[in-house]
Amino acid sequence: MADRDINTSTKPDLRVNCGGINAPNPFWLASAPPANSGLQVQRAFEAGWGGAVWKTLGTPIQNVSSRFGGHTIRGVQGAGFNNIELITDRPLETNFREIAETKRLFPKHAMVVSLMVETRQEWQDIIKRSIDAGADGLELNFGCPHGMCERGMGSAVGQEPKINQEITSWAVEYSTVPVLVKLTPNVSNIIPHGIAAKRGGAHGVSLINTIKSIIGVDIDRFVPEPRVGGLSTNGGYCGSAVKPIALHMVAALAREKEFGLPISGIGGITNWRDAVEFILLGSSSVQVCTEVMLKGYRIVEDMIDGLENYMQEKGFATIDQMVGKAIPAFSEWGDLDLNYETVAKIDASKCIGCQVCVAACHDGAHQCIHPTTNGTRVPIVDESECVGCNLCQIVCPVPGCITMQPVTNGYQPATWNQHVHDGKSLRPKKGAH
Amino acid sequence: MSASLPPSLPPSLPPSLPADRSEAAFTDYKLPLAREHAIAEANRCLFCTDAPCVNACPTRIDIPQFIRKISTDNVKGSAKTIFEANILGMSCARVCPVEVLCVGACVYNNMDSPPIQIGKLQRYATDAAFEKDWRFFEAGPDTGKSVALIGGGPASLAAAHELRRFGHRCTIFEKRAILGGLNTTGVAPYKMRADQSLREVDWILSIGGIDLQLNTSIGEQIALADLESTFDAVFVGAGLGADSALNIPGESLPGVVGAVQWIEHIKRAKATLDGVSRCVVVGGGNTAIDAVRQAIGLGIPRVTMLYRGSEAGMSGYQHEWDAAKQHGAIGEWKALPVAFEGSGPSDTSKVQRIRCQRLDDAKKPIANSDFTVDADLVLVAIGQSKLGQMLGSLSGITIDKGRVVTDATGYTGRTKWYAGGDCTNGGKEVVNAAAEGKAAAHAMHDFLMTTKRT
Repeated sequence: MADRDINTSTKPDLRVNCGGINAPNPFWLASAPPANSGLQVQRAFEAGWGGAVWKTLGTPIQNVSSRFGGHTIRGVQGAGFNNIELITDRPLETNFREIAETKRLFPKHAMVVSLMVETRQEWQDIIKRSIDAGADGLELNFGCPHGMCERGMGSAVGQEPKINQEITSWAVEYSTVPVLVKLTPNVSNIIPHGIAAKRGGAHGVSLINTIKSIIGVDIDRFVPEPRVGGLSTNGGYCGSAVKPIALHMVAALAREKEFGLPISGIGGITNWRDAVEFILLGSSSVQVCTEVMLKGYRIVEDMIDGLENYMQEKGFATIDQMVGKAIPAFSEWGDLDLNYETVAKIDASKCIGCQVCVAACHDGAHQCIHPTTNGTRVPIVDESECVGCNLCQIVCPVPGCITMQPVTNGYQPATWNQHVHDGKSLRPKKGAH
Repeated sequence: MSASLPPSLPPSLPPSLPADRSEAAFTDYKLPLAREHAIAEANRCLFCTDAPCVNACPTRIDIPQFIRKISTDNVKGSAKTIFEANILGMSCARVCPVEVLCVGACVYNNMDSPPIQIGKLQRYATDAAFEKDWRFFEAGPDTGKSVALIGGGPASLAAAHELRRFGHRCTIFEKRAILGGLNTTGVAPYKMRADQSLREVDWILSIGGIDLQLNTSIGEQIALADLESTFDAVFVGAGLGADSALNIPGESLPGVVGAVQWIEHIKRAKATLDGVSRCVVVGGGNTAIDAVRQAIGLGIPRVTMLYRGSEAGMSGYQHEWDAAKQHGAIGEWKALPVAFEGSGPSDTSKVQRIRCQRLDDAKKPIANSDFTVDADLVLVAIGQSKLGQMLGSLSGITIDKGRVVTDATGYTGRTKWYAGGDCTNGGKEVVNAAAEGKAAAHAMHDFLMTTKRT
């Protein structure tokens, strides 16, 4: 008997429109090695990817070897990743021919072409050729933090709002398709850079590009990595480890009233959960590179049905209903309720007695979890001292064993701002003796 | 027990290990971890506080710490952490019943996750130390004190090494031609071969200042009183004696031999098993299971464990017996051997069968339940004699059922005299001997460096 999906009738609609670029789903390949050539992108589309941002086109460059570095965290290889690869090293004619062929084979998929050139004339030419080849949208690479920035491009543009705005305005002038500006995270505040793109007329932004980094050092050779002969250079950091930085920058722009452009979220997305987080913080599509480089295109199968299952469970019919759903809850510290109080509770029936929480609390927090003296290995939380910091819950290896439970302390909600401006009273501090 | 060995065994043991000895046919049943696997496994360790695995280890190795060092590729530091607690860490990694010690205590067992493979990780670190010939310890400055150690097995080796770190001179008296005790002569070769034990002995002795008196029996060649007067302290790590006998008719027939004696022979010499097709091991302990698995490993077609209790009631570790069964071992339960028989009543040339009675649940013989089990090799594994009586002439030392009685530090109650290992605990694991030898070394050091103990 054939498998029947009992929820077929309520299957959510994964189609997205990000800044005017349409795609069958929000999962796009980021401009990077996985979107380097026609056969690759075609295989990705066959696997289920909804769009691709073609590896950045410009004057083809010469690359070094090696180019990639991996950050291993407790045995997990590639938890962070960096690269010193530059833009395309293939002839432009080849790229455009393959873009056209791919678009012909997959007309409904989003074909975005990433671009990086210098002069206004070069921008005009390459935009025309991209659109002629069938681009559904353009992405201006103002983010690359290595190599290209030394030549006055990439993040050298993205770090200067005036230049960003000016070049964006050229591109918008020459383009007949939507223009996304890809932003660099190598700035102290992302907002002026998003706004510069908006003022230049961009239809949306994509972020983050990679973070300027040294991935590691060969401690036998005394050379940073990745090693090119006897030397190395700074590269762009990406992969799962950068997700928190990317989420913050996406959310910071998404809640900025003056901004208001669609966002294509990028940075450490490895699965549907990560994608949901980016969407809830304001992304209307997401781009993935590192996880594809580590695992291949077929990860998208789980991304698609994981997202579908989540949407069904939560009652979302379209991606649009999700975009920015968590933004109202992303606030300033001064608006947090200082009288909201939680304490850790340990479920003795789940505790395995590792007492990792004891060491974490004693050495890294507020010394309120103690080994028991009753012969079991289930620790005891001194709730009068527990500040509700969460550290124990984070280190506990057993899901659901430690929970942070709200305490009724009799105090009305009071934020720091309310306390300073209105004199609202705060509960007594805990663990501050 | 028979003074005459079965025809399958050589009449005498060479003083060094011949390359063609029978145990050479065995390979490790637990394969070593490759670096990648070791690091991945080490990264699973939760680094528990007051870790249960440490509390389950008689030598209190700081297991979370040595595992964390493996995870960072600090293998040298890892090995040092192990050896600091237990100088026999290499052999313990191979022979410890980790399932009932550290691994059995791992908190992952409480969440239905596979426990950390502590034994294999310990082997990974300690093997590296031996391969790279790392040395971590040196003798302390000479104290002018000297200690005699009776027996050259794990307890004495652990004690002597620790005493040397304190700077006391040591002399080991060993009745055999080789050191290592049961680690060398008694450990099942699929866990550790004799050459590996001797390598460990050499590594331990490399601290220097440990004199050896091999082929020397205390009480026979050297009087206890002479030891006491010559040395400032004496450690008794004599281990256990000969295999116990069933004391039933026919036990002297060729083909009936003590299991420990038989294992020593296959570990130290070449056994010819021509004509041996039905081996029966009498007993239900770990020596019996070891003997069963070795008999199978040597190619004997039918190997039976014959025990007076039930399968569930055997004292040997269930995980070891399960492994034996997987290799083809047969169990004959609730069976009491009453006589060993040749081909006929007058045949004394070779054992042919065991006459048995069936026992009930209370281990009482059931009337008219006689039956026989065919056997051309019988290994009797019902325990070993205790050697405590060798000290019986010394006042102040208490002997309880053959065991030397000590306090928790290894002190016997007679000034200068300490003891540890199988001769005190009645026969436990190598790791117990290592712990007791080390503890006694600390007690002896305290005694030697302070005023006279009374």
